[in-house]
Amino acid sequence: MDIHEYQAKEILASFGVTIPRGGIVYSPETAENKAREIGGSKWVVKAQIHSGARGKAGGVIVCNSPLEVAQATDKLLGKKLVTNQTGPQGKIVNRIYIEEATDIEKELYLGLVFDRSSESIMIVASTEGGMSVEEIAKEKPDSIIRSKIEVAVGIQDFQARELAFGLGIEPELVRRVSETIIGCAKAFSELDATMVEVNPLVISKQKQILALDCKMSFDNNAMFRRDKVSELRDKTQEDDKEVYASDRGLNYVSLDGNIGNIINGAGLAMASMDMIKLAGGEPANFLDVGGGATPEKIVKAFRLITMDKKVKVILVNIFAGINRCDWVAEGIVQALEKIEIKVPLVIRLAGTNVEKGNKILKESKLNYIEASTLEEAANKAVAALK
Amino acid sequence: MSVIIHKDTKIIIQGFTGKMGTFHAEEMIKYGSNVVGGVTPGKGGQKHLDRPVFDTVKDAVKNTGATASILFVPPAFAADSAMEAADAGIKTCVAIVDGIPSHDMIKIKRYMRRYSRTEKMTLVGPNCAGIISPGKSMLGIMPGHIYKEGRVGIISRSGTLGYEAAQQLKNLNIGISTSVGIGGDPINGSSFRDIIEKFETDDETDVILMIGEIGGPQEVAAGEFAKENMKKPVIGYIAGLTAPKGRVMGHAGAIVSAYGESAIEKVEILKECGVTISKNPSVMGDTVKSVLEKSK
Repeated sequence: MDIHEYQAKEILASFGVTIPRGGIVYSPETAENKAREIGGSKWVVKAQIHSGARGKAGGVIVCNSPLEVAQATDKLLGKKLVTNQTGPQGKIVNRIYIEEATDIEKELYLGLVFDRSSESIMIVASTEGGMSVEEIAKEKPDSIIRSKIEVAVGIQDFQARELAFGLGIEPELVRRVSETIIGCAKAFSELDATMVEVNPLVISKQKQILALDCKMSFDNNAMFRRDKVSELRDKTQEDDKEVYASDRGLNYVSLDGNIGNIINGAGLAMASMDMIKLAGGEPANFLDVGGGATPEKIVKAFRLITMDKKVKVILVNIFAGINRCDWVAEGIVQALEKIEIKVPLVIRLAGTNVEKGNKILKESKLNYIEASTLEEAANKAVAALK
Repeated sequence: MSVIIHKDTKIIIQGFTGKMGTFHAEEMIKYGSNVVGGVTPGKGGQKHLDRPVFDTVKDAVKNTGATASILFVPPAFAADSAMEAADAGIKTCVAIVDGIPSHDMIKIKRYMRRYSRTEKMTLVGPNCAGIISPGKSMLGIMPGHIYKEGRVGIISRSGTLGYEAAQQLKNLNIGISTSVGIGGDPINGSSFRDIIEKFETDDETDVILMIGEIGGPQEVAAGEFAKENMKKPVIGYIAGLTAPKGRVMGHAGAIVSAYGESAIEKVEILKECGVTISKNPSVMGDTVKSVLEKSK
């Protein structure tokens, strides 16, 4: 789960990281007042969307008066911002973060992620802040320093000190930089984060260490014990169909093609998408109804796929194990009594009681194309497009 | 003797009296697995499915001599249950459950470092289908009848894609020595490398089919291990050719976040390691067959 910049900043501030003064607004009317409240003579108006690279997309505006702050807020609110991370449809701006401007002396990069090879938390830091970590890795790989946190004991002071000295921080600022690193690491461990990024972490002309832009992501599997974090979810930043799916226990990812998929199991779903591609088609989605493929889930899956107007063919591929094909077939027949399908439907059943399952489908009034192998299913789905 | 589990392996069910535990215990018993009892805290002393229920894994191990367990407990309690099994002397533990937080998985793995190599439990999963040695024992939730007895070892992150492979092999009259579902999470109890190492020394396995997917370093690590250390042929398939970068594809671990984690990159690296690639998921069986014929 992703959260907004301002939410990440509030969290990190509670772990001892210093952030510039700022506040959130939802309307231009309150923006002017908020700017005065924050104080100073220069502000940054930042569109809050779940994406990086907002500056390049026009989502960050520097203002010199409270009136300008109100105008910038008006300009950004309700707008769809398209960045190199949002896809062409962009993301809607519903919240604006207003922040006092910082006199930057130096920009650093600080990121924490799970390292799947060492199964620990990896801290990545660089003197080249402001660029994405991918750009840093490509253009200034020598500037990157790393440190692994042992999850069982948490970050140690020496690790933070080593990183700070490694970044060439002047000695009187090392303590503050170390505290910032420790704060980020504690937030990561204590809140079941999967990613914390402060980019840039700046040293201001006034020698303050400030987290200027922050990003945090969290482990969806841990949300059951993170009430406060899960409240920060902003569904307006997610694809409508993906929200519909996640609310109903389906694993769904919206894609650009026109062949809709209903499949049980994530691996089989990816494999079926690959077969569609090899057959010359493009999948409209990834959809895993779960290994069990219960009739209830199948009904929900058909509802979801029929919401997607770009779908021209539907491919159902179910490998029934403990849940037998006859049971799955009954589920499909029941689902299609409730939902009208206007596009060709290809069904491939495999596994336990496959003959019985196919017999049930044939004897129903269902108009569909039968397939017996993964390859045949993909080929028939692509052929049905024509 | 097959790897990891064999005909007589004594199995206990953790979360025995729950709905999931009961259903899959019955399936395992029907298949012929030697289920000797189970654990549900607070229900010790009762009988369930004609087998004893214990309050703790230690009690179960002491009274039954069990060496294997399978977890059907909710995600919030799974880490605790896995550590309890490790501490009670269980040698093989399969965690079926989907939804264990990654931080918990790391804690389990760190906890298990307190045991010496010979005493250490093999943890398989979470978010997996489990282990089956066809005709001998099933410590999992797979449909046992699609697995024919034979000499191919299978390791798969995905459950249903593993079934697909077993079915394709059965249709070609090729059997399986052991199939291990290692699960779709970012942190697994056992990795591809851990399991192919076991297959290399298994005298009942001739070739190994490794079914991977996008995300994480595991497939590549296994490929490199195979190149350096293995004599048995390895066949690989990687799902997720069409998966977009940075998106989670159902499995929590199926996300491309670094170089070498996309399907195309993994396939290239595995080829360099001498792994025979199944070019698409519908020819996994055919690819195994051609490798078997060549190695005769």
